[in-house]
Amino acid sequence: MSTLIQDLKAQAGIFESDADQVHGLLAEFPDPGALLHAAEAVREEGYRHFDTHSPFPIHGMDEAMGLGNASAVGVLTFFGGITGCVVAYLLQWWTAAVDYPLNISGKPFFAVEPSVPIMFELTILFAAFGAVAGMFALNGLPRPYNPLFYSDRFKGATDDRFFLHIAASDDEFDVEDSAAMLQRLGAHHLELVKDDGTVDA
Amino acid sequence: MESSKKLPTDPSESPPSPAGDGAADPERLVKGNLSFHDITEMVSRHAEKKAPLAWYVAFAVSLSGALLLIGLLAYVVWNGIGVWGNNQPVGWGWPIVNFVFWVGIGHAGTLISAILYLFRQHWRTAINRAAEAMTIFAVICALIWPTFHVGRVWAIYWTLPIPNQMAMWPQFKSPLLWDVFAVSSYFIVSTLFWYVGLVPDLATLRDRAKNFWRQRILAFFSLGWTGSNRHWRNYEKAYLLLAGLATPLVLSVHSVVSFDFAVSVIPGWHTTIFPPYFVAGAIFSGFAMVVTLMVITREIYGLKNLITIDHLEKMNIIILVTGSIVGFAYITEFFMAWYSGVEYEQYAFINRAFGPYAWAYWIMMTCNLVTPQLFWSKRLRRSIPVMFALSIVVNIGMWFERFVITITSLHRDFLPSSWGYFTATWVDIGTFVGSFGLFFTLFLLFLRFVPMVAMAEVKGVMPEADPHHYDHGGNGHAEGDGEPYIKPAEPALAEAYRNDGADASG
Repeated sequence: MSTLIQDLKAQAGIFESDADQVHGLLAEFPDPGALLHAAEAVREEGYRHFDTHSPFPIHGMDEAMGLGNASAVGVLTFFGGITGCVVAYLLQWWTAAVDYPLNISGKPFFAVEPSVPIMFELTILFAAFGAVAGMFALNGLPRPYNPLFYSDRFKGATDDRFFLHIAASDDEFDVEDSAAMLQRLGAHHLELVKDDGTVDA
Repeated sequence: MESSKKLPTDPSESPPSPAGDGAADPERLVKGNLSFHDITEMVSRHAEKKAPLAWYVAFAVSLSGALLLIGLLAYVVWNGIGVWGNNQPVGWGWPIVNFVFWVGIGHAGTLISAILYLFRQHWRTAINRAAEAMTIFAVICALIWPTFHVGRVWAIYWTLPIPNQMAMWPQFKSPLLWDVFAVSSYFIVSTLFWYVGLVPDLATLRDRAKNFWRQRILAFFSLGWTGSNRHWRNYEKAYLLLAGLATPLVLSVHSVVSFDFAVSVIPGWHTTIFPPYFVAGAIFSGFAMVVTLMVITREIYGLKNLITIDHLEKMNIIILVTGSIVGFAYITEFFMAWYSGVEYEQYAFINRAFGPYAWAYWIMMTCNLVTPQLFWSKRLRRSIPVMFALSIVVNIGMWFERFVITITSLHRDFLPSSWGYFTATWVDIGTFVGSFGLFFTLFLLFLRFVPMVAMAEVKGVMPEADPHHYDHGGNGHAEGDGEPYIKPAEPALAEAYRNDGADASG
């Protein structure tokens, strides 16, 4: 059960530190191309709890990391849309035909045709809620605390730097071996990030 | 204002060198990633350092306008909406004209952010942030008018389905209520869309922040974003879906606004052409407003390399296209009035063009149909002064379009004894001018505190952002990616990466 939760959190990029407070290895690569190749290689080595960080989405990275299509966001958006449509229909029907029926020139209390615009608008509105809230939820955001923030270099991940992070929670993780592999893959800077706030270069 | 202005002074006084580690820097500069950082620098610094003097001057003027608006709205509430020029037979005066005008302006932002995104128009990245901000502020300016036009502004919540002590519900069969839902949904979805786009850029600002509180505040709004690819994956999907949702939404909003008119039985309003005609007009006026704002912004903030003349030219082409659609709609309306054989309909249109409001009609025709045709000339549509002037002319024309539709259709109804002539009062003029003050106040605050260009998106469309850019050495452009937006600083050095890449895959 706890591994299942761990894996789910890992899907969202939330990795747990190990008993020694080691969070993981943070390797910096020179450019998106090198990062893409490194991610591919890291996956081929059998790692699963790893992530890449870049200032912009890198084309092809999802395949390189073996993540597949982000279909969950689409599902949540779809259900959001359905909810909005149903809510709008029920709201207009119940208020006009049940709770406060108003006889206007003997017309029916409720008709679908004039209800279409609001059904449409609320479908869009709730679908957008589904997309945004779903995306943040699937990403585990907001996430104010992240051990990676201890690294000063990591600030560049939102500017012009490209990082690969292998989490200590991965079964394959071993500080020396993983570090050697990352170096082999062309990382030009390596850091060991710990949950107690220390960063070893 | 005074205190918030102080926040960013620390990091900006000396142009920030890449945070933290000077040691690795020379090496990185040589590696040619300079240009990504340049984008960050070019955009972020305006949200960090003191604003230029022109900003303060503009802000003072705009804020005076906004205060004028607030004061006059208080005056309107206190005295009743009779202080506006609305009266029988013209019950919908300037407030509704202004409402449609402002909602229309908003539409270009969504068009740029959503429709152009779906069509993979990469040039949108330079302007979409500012255009979306413009949308939100324009919709705020729009919502003021119907809110106060109801007269009893304290009862405006009656338009929402909130259970109340009267056990009454809104009348969902009314187009005016559809409008409440359409415009407020539009406002909420636009804001979400804008915010989602902002999160990565706010994270950039957070990571650059040197001031404690500035960092905390930005950390709050950037939600702990780290540029994780697991996040980007869902993020891009959500962004695509939002674009897909916003596209039908934006088309529906102005259609619903046009229903306010078209569903009535007033000659001159009761036409099926209204929804597409209103939508085209909205895009037309909105793009003109984007051009107006962008010409000023790129000049003052030195963003000419990001918001290039090519971007502006593309917008001018859209203005030309939509302007011609609108002009075609004007002529079609006339044809339909004649072809319908309905005397009242025919009269409404003849009265529009040759009656007491002919002056307004011909201003509209000139500004919307005639002058935009100058953009057929490549030289003129690439000329900054020409496009600046024309974009303002277009918005004058589009305001008059709404004036013509609203006022001329109402001022002579079926009974000649109740004919009248509408004249605006000083309160009409004051509140309208004030709404521009509010709009520009909000826009200037946006320029001051928020990254005005979507940095992550601009970086993402640069050739260096394509991982395969580094595969074949040389200074290869990424195939099929169009022109590079910003020339790579040291493209030849990409060769140096090849070995890294070869190692990795081997």
